[in-house]
Amino acid sequence: MNRVEGLDKVTGRATYAYEHTVPGVAYAHAVPSTIARGRIRSIDTAAVLAIPGVLAVLSGDDPPELGEDVDPELRLFQGRTVAYHGQIVAAVVAETLEIARDAAGALRIEYDAEPHDVRLRPDHPGLYRPETVNPGLPTDVEYGDVAAGLASAVVTVDATYTTPVLHNNPIEPHAALAVWEEDGGLTVYDSTQGASADRDAIAAVLRLPPEQVRVVSPHVGGGFGCKGTTRPSAILAALAARAAGRPVKVAVTRQQMFDVTGYRTPTIQRLRLGADAVGRLTAVAHDIVEQTSTVREFAEQTAAGTRVMYATPNLRTTHRLVRLDVPTPSWMRAPGECPGMYALESAMDELAHAAGMDPIELRVVNEPDTEPESGLPFSSRNLIACLREGAHRFGWDPRHRDPGVRRDGRWLVGTGVAASTYPSRRSAAQADAAIDGDGFVVRIAAADIGTGARTALTRIAAQTLGVSPDRVRVEVGDSALPRAPLAGGSMGTASWGSAVVKACEGLLKNGEHGTGDTTEDVEADSKLARHAFGAQFAEVRVDVDTGEVRVSRLLGVFAAGRIVDPVLARSQLIGGMTMGLGMALMEGTVVDERFGDFLTDDLAQYHVAACADVPDVEAVWIDEDDPHLNPMGAKGIGEIGIVGTAAAIANAVFHATGRRVRDLPITPDKLLGRSSDDRA
Amino acid sequence: MVEITLRVNGTEHSVSIDTRVSLLDLLRERLGLTGSKKGCDHGQCGACTVLIDGRRANACLALAVAQDGREITTIEGLADGSDLHPLQAAFIARDAFQCGYCTPGQLCSAAGMLAEGGPSAITGDLAADPPLTREEIRERMSGNLCRCGAYVNIVTAIEDVSG
Amino acid sequence: MKPFEYTRARDAAEAVGAYRPGSMYLGGGTNLVDLMRLGVARPDLLVDVSRLPYDRIEEADGGLRVGAAVRNTDLAVHPVVRARYPMLARSVLSGASGQVRAMATVAGNLLQRTRCPYFQDVSKPCNKREPGSGCPAIDGHHHNLAILGYSEHCVATHPSDLAVALAALDARVLVTGPGGDRAIPMPGLHRLPDDRPDRDTVLEPGDLITTVELPPPPPGVSRYRKVRERASFAFALVSIAAVLDVSDDGTVRDCRLALGGVAHAPWRAYRAEEALRGAPARAEEFARAADAELAQARPLAHNGYKVPLAHNLIVRTLQELL
Repeated sequence: MNRVEGLDKVTGRATYAYEHTVPGVAYAHAVPSTIARGRIRSIDTAAVLAIPGVLAVLSGDDPPELGEDVDPELRLFQGRTVAYHGQIVAAVVAETLEIARDAAGALRIEYDAEPHDVRLRPDHPGLYRPETVNPGLPTDVEYGDVAAGLASAVVTVDATYTTPVLHNNPIEPHAALAVWEEDGGLTVYDSTQGASADRDAIAAVLRLPPEQVRVVSPHVGGGFGCKGTTRPSAILAALAARAAGRPVKVAVTRQQMFDVTGYRTPTIQRLRLGADAVGRLTAVAHDIVEQTSTVREFAEQTAAGTRVMYATPNLRTTHRLVRLDVPTPSWMRAPGECPGMYALESAMDELAHAAGMDPIELRVVNEPDTEPESGLPFSSRNLIACLREGAHRFGWDPRHRDPGVRRDGRWLVGTGVAASTYPSRRSAAQADAAIDGDGFVVRIAAADIGTGARTALTRIAAQTLGVSPDRVRVEVGDSALPRAPLAGGSMGTASWGSAVVKACEGLLKNGEHGTGDTTEDVEADSKLARHAFGAQFAEVRVDVDTGEVRVSRLLGVFAAGRIVDPVLARSQLIGGMTMGLGMALMEGTVVDERFGDFLTDDLAQYHVAACADVPDVEAVWIDEDDPHLNPMGAKGIGEIGIVGTAAAIANAVFHATGRRVRDLPITPDKLLGRSSDDRA
Repeated sequence: MVEITLRVNGTEHSVSIDTRVSLLDLLRERLGLTGSKKGCDHGQCGACTVLIDGRRANACLALAVAQDGREITTIEGLADGSDLHPLQAAFIARDAFQCGYCTPGQLCSAAGMLAEGGPSAITGDLAADPPLTREEIRERMSGNLCRCGAYVNIVTAIEDVSG
Repeated sequence: MKPFEYTRARDAAEAVGAYRPGSMYLGGGTNLVDLMRLGVARPDLLVDVSRLPYDRIEEADGGLRVGAAVRNTDLAVHPVVRARYPMLARSVLSGASGQVRAMATVAGNLLQRTRCPYFQDVSKPCNKREPGSGCPAIDGHHHNLAILGYSEHCVATHPSDLAVALAALDARVLVTGPGGDRAIPMPGLHRLPDDRPDRDTVLEPGDLITTVELPPPPPGVSRYRKVRERASFAFALVSIAAVLDVSDDGTVRDCRLALGGVAHAPWRAYRAEEALRGAPARAEEFARAADAELAQARPLAHNGYKVPLAHNLIVRTLQELL
């Protein structure tokens, strides 16, 4: 079965937020602040209003009345304070896109700049301990005696790893089209990962009852987390449409996306590992420093993976934040696990090397019986099976682990391995199902951001109904549909699928229609540690003269419950691994401390992997029968693909070159030395 | 405002436009052809790729006024009526997309690329026309970014058609 | 983008005649439209020269005449270019993407502007964009900026790959303009920044490139190699155009070396060439020549890696030409 919306996507008929057509539309363009901290002294609105075609200028000079108990990033034009560079401080509404953008650029704003601080550093005096980290996890977890464990170790690793600011950069920039109806209702065509939550947020900001707002988003051009929360673009479209008295479209420019649509916090992670003579971990300490903004707290759960991975009698994981004059970080694919497992799995490789052990065997001897943090049994855990299967498929050779010795002409060749993990959660959802002609229609406010949600839910519904998938039509992407959680946390299929199964079961009983609400089912889920696991294998080639790194092979083996749709699953896993390749080798936004901004804010400067960078990435899975998850027996697969990839590649680079790069990305400059004395 | 005439997917359009309008915005905002996507507006992502006189081009970098008299093919014109272009069929069969936003650009780019021939930056002997290996396809398609990471399937789909 | 007028010229005289202060010539637009959208370029009038009759590649006097409006792709796939100037073909194919190459003209490629992040952001000072406003790159993010020939006013690099190959091939750029016609030998088209970084080239206002003339290909074997942070579709960290001609006795009869990504202009490595002529063609001599050239390098705080990279690239490329 192919993707159900495939035909629409290959013919250009799939309609994304900015592309819905309504008569009389006008265009808004946001004006970003050019200082990182301070106050707006004046805005010369009049000059811009005089430009032919300009309909309105929005700014703090005329603050709209907005809800208070909302994400402060959405409270546009409320005051004169600037909290970060690129914050939206005004907007111009005009007849055409060209006029709006030119006029926005011409708007003169005078600032009183104040000294700013955008530099994350491990000794920052403003470091503090947040009450919890996302999504409500403990900030610190500590048991045993780490110092004693390290002191008793035969081998230790003490290393600091850093990851840069990373930007989601979906290819569809955030966009919104807002239409006010005559009855005071509002329709927003938005690029969102969750129509229900987006509707609620927009309604709260605009102080409207939620039922007066409708969010429509049939197709979303990627998000990877950055469309999981409502963004200022949606609010701006609504405010601009009200000011202009016409429907208004807003597209965030690629450059603006770097500032107002979220990013992954940079991290500074100190890892201390100790092991005894046979490689058993005597202590694990993972201490993390990361940033948030002055606008609101966002605490990435970077140590989350370390709390579930390995058995040790002594564990400490801590998170410390500092509030900088930066935009608020947000979700990016596998928040927490992705940067955290880069550090942990690099450190495990360093430990294996220091102990003279095969890195796979090191992981095997540290396999826990229960979840280390909680002591809870795992619903299923097949990390070792993934490592073994991967080693077999990859041709892993545990005997040749000396770094820097494999050569192929001017290339140094190395291989690396790392483990992956990601939690398998679900949350409450509603769905309904009904007879529709000779077939069935299933309705749920799920989002298909490219994951294949429509297709997976079609399959799940068809299977429950015992009919062929072509007789089932699934409607998603509209807040008018039964309420559903967003596409995030790798929970989509588990959450939505549970409700769809229930609705379809109801239909089978009733004969005409069925509804599903999984609130009680989810509350009744037993207390177990539910996680997907995986193993990533990379082979890299490093040019001895130039430091260029090419990934020649990349294999992921995953244990993620029952795979609902093998084609979609493979695409998702390969996609995550591809993004992980980019993270390892090229991604990172440069922060200019003097201007306090993200300097390299476009796709020529922020490199994501291009087609030429990506080899024939392979993703496979092992059969895993886990009855403790959901009716489908499925664990989420949207995020685990990126977890561990960067470590596998970094470990392979070490194996190829003997050089351990601990600050991502691994660009040529970090591997370069004079090679002329080293001519083969 | 300037008057221009161009043919889009075989249909002639005469429009009066602001000189600042890009071909991409003309297609999307004036002609209702929203299949061509805006991903970066600076020629850095390839989502806007169309064919101008049969050659692939970033429609975001093409001023509409400079395209007077040109023949434009967009994703909406790639199929022959209801018969999909072989690339479109192959992209579906190989699951060569996820979110779909880069897909029209990938398809137009692939169509233009297959018509180009000649060597690429990675071709060994530049004097000869190399076989279109997976490596060659990757190099030639690197102007189309896919953030979902569908490259492996995109290359396979193109190989299906070229091979 | 501010409003502007547009006119399409039918020949060079009409284009030059239409030029007035505040005008810019429009070729493929791949960099100009990009810069206009950023507000870096703010022309009042665009004179479209993309359809001028300079769209042919012709053999002449044992060399080649390449029209300024020839598209990059057409230059790279031309059979004579591929057979006789493969280094040139590869330099073009190494630049940008298939789409951009199909749009961009030869003259536009040469006249593209630096990708220095400060130059491209109108909210920041930049001596190239606003003379006298300062250069934040010198003490800022200059990871991919110059190590050679820069000034206290500007550390930008020129991004063209084609220009590097043309510099090694002793090409000539033919120009017509209000002051008449002239020929500019490469690498002389592009300037070092000194105290006028706003001037990328020696062209005067209204000058229009019409043709690039290539002399017969130099004897020997040649190669273009580009190192970048992504396998494709990225600007060079360092690139090299190299031609090596070795005598029967194993000494270097002649060589040409030009580097990209290291300076405000394509950098012809005359000192290395001088060191190599007559020397034995072997790795130690290549390394010595590279050292001779790079002794002038003055890396900034965060681009020192370019010195060993350029060194290695010179040595490696010459070795591969043996």
